[in-house]
Amino acid sequence: MSQSYNRGLIEDFGRWREFSAGMWAWIFHKFTGWVLVGYLFTHIAVLSTALSGAAPYTNTIQALESLLVVRILEVGLLAVAVFHILNGLRLLFVDLGVGLEAQDKSFYASLILTGVIVVASVPTFLAGVSI
Amino acid sequence: MSTQVPEQVEDESSAESVSPGKQKRDAKKRERAERLQEQREAEAAEKARTADDTYHLKVFRYDPEVEGKQEPRFDDFYVPYKQGMTVLDALMWARDHYDSSLTFRHSCRQAICGSDALFVNGSQRLGCKTQLSDLSEPVRVEPLPHADVVKDLVVDMEHFYDQMEAVEPYFQTNSLPAEDEEQRQTRENREKVKMSTRCIWCSACMSSCNIAAGDNEYLGPAAINKAYRFAMDEREGEDMKQRRLEILEQEHGVWRCQTQFSCTEVCPKDIPLTEHIQELKREAIKNNLKFW
Ligand code: HEM
Ligand code: SF4
Ligand code: FES
Repeated sequence: MSQSYNRGLIEDFGRWREFSAGMWAWIFHKFTGWVLVGYLFTHIAVLSTALSGAAPYTNTIQALESLLVVRILEVGLLAVAVFHILNGLRLLFVDLGVGLEAQDKSFYASLILTGVIVVASVPTFLAGVSI
Repeated sequence: MSTQVPEQVEDESSAESVSPGKQKRDAKKRERAERLQEQREAEAAEKARTADDTYHLKVFRYDPEVEGKQEPRFDDFYVPYKQGMTVLDALMWARDHYDSSLTFRHSCRQAICGSDALFVNGSQRLGCKTQLSDLSEPVRVEPLPHADVVKDLVVDMEHFYDQMEAVEPYFQTNSLPAEDEEQRQTRENREKVKMSTRCIWCSACMSSCNIAAGDNEYLGPAAINKAYRFAMDEREGEDMKQRRLEILEQEHGVWRCQTQFSCTEVCPKDIPLTEHIQELKREAIKNNLKFW
């Protein structure tokens, strides 16, 4: 064989339209996992303000919660966390070899349930909590 | 559908002709017949392009040895549809009637030799097992992704075969039966490995796997399934199972699988590949955690 043609990376993520359920579940799970890791840092940063007393912590929380962007981001965080947990449970079943023939349906179920929970949470988050 | 195109113009007189005059006349006749034939083919092609009962194929073309084909491109073929026509039938028709240089592998045409796994409309399928009527037009036919293309639809399968060989894909045992006994398998055990024995080495699964694409050393679904077929075969005995698990537990063995289910989705023999890989993962864990 003289030469061969390698089509490069275009054939991986350039083909996203053709991905099946399991592939999407994998991508979303990776993505949400890393978003949660990212959130963990901000979470610790905010909590750390309590080290210098109750007042700075309350002030920080109130300042953050008064911003609409923060409240919208919280909806996003909930979506990411709920999906990660539901799909995480799905993956645990996959690891146990339970219900593998329904793996695509359980992925769609995770998506729908995430959607429902997130939509239901919107009023609470956007109204903000009075501390 | 036949591979050979039937000769449409037959010159019956040519065999017994002798006189120079007749030879000349015959040559002229042949020429005319050839022209007519060409014209007819062009007309047929034109008609095929516009008719409703044709299928439009877009076929990947590439040939490093031909100057005009070094840059990959897609060729359009319009193939007259016959009931029951598969993608492979259409490719053969296109090769036989439009371009004899169109290159692809095939042999059995009945989903058993595993030589015509192709990338059809965005997923790995056997050309001979895929009905045109199940596909939307234009039907895009490409060589398997994540493999080097040698020419047109032909990819280099060497790496796939290497991975298959790496798991020792043959029966081995230390506990041979007595001289006059057969090596019997229980019905239950046969049932357990049944699906895993169906692999035809087509490489569709390997090609669909995102992990195998990124990690060249990953054994891949087909090889792991092959190992499953023997690891689960009770006749091989405990020490052989141990040896098989050692191969599977390696860094680039079962643990690379991220349960994307792509392989299970595309396997033309409906082998539950992910299920087998997951079961081997559990076997590997049980093998290393000896609480009992
Ligand atoms: C109840 C809560 C959670 C459940 C049930 C869960 C479940 C899982 C499971 C089963 C996996 C493995 C996926 C695989 O097999 O490839 C996983 C991956 C991951 N999780 Fe979670 N998880 C949870 C919470 C979290 C949290 C709070 C974080 C972040 C701090 C997180 C970050 C990650 C990351 C980054 C990965 C990807 C790891 C990789 O690259 O493979 N998870 N999760
Ligand atoms: S496991 Fe299925 S897809 Fe993979 S090589 Fe065997 S027959 Fe082909
Ligand atoms: S030609 Fe043998 S599997 Fe398709």
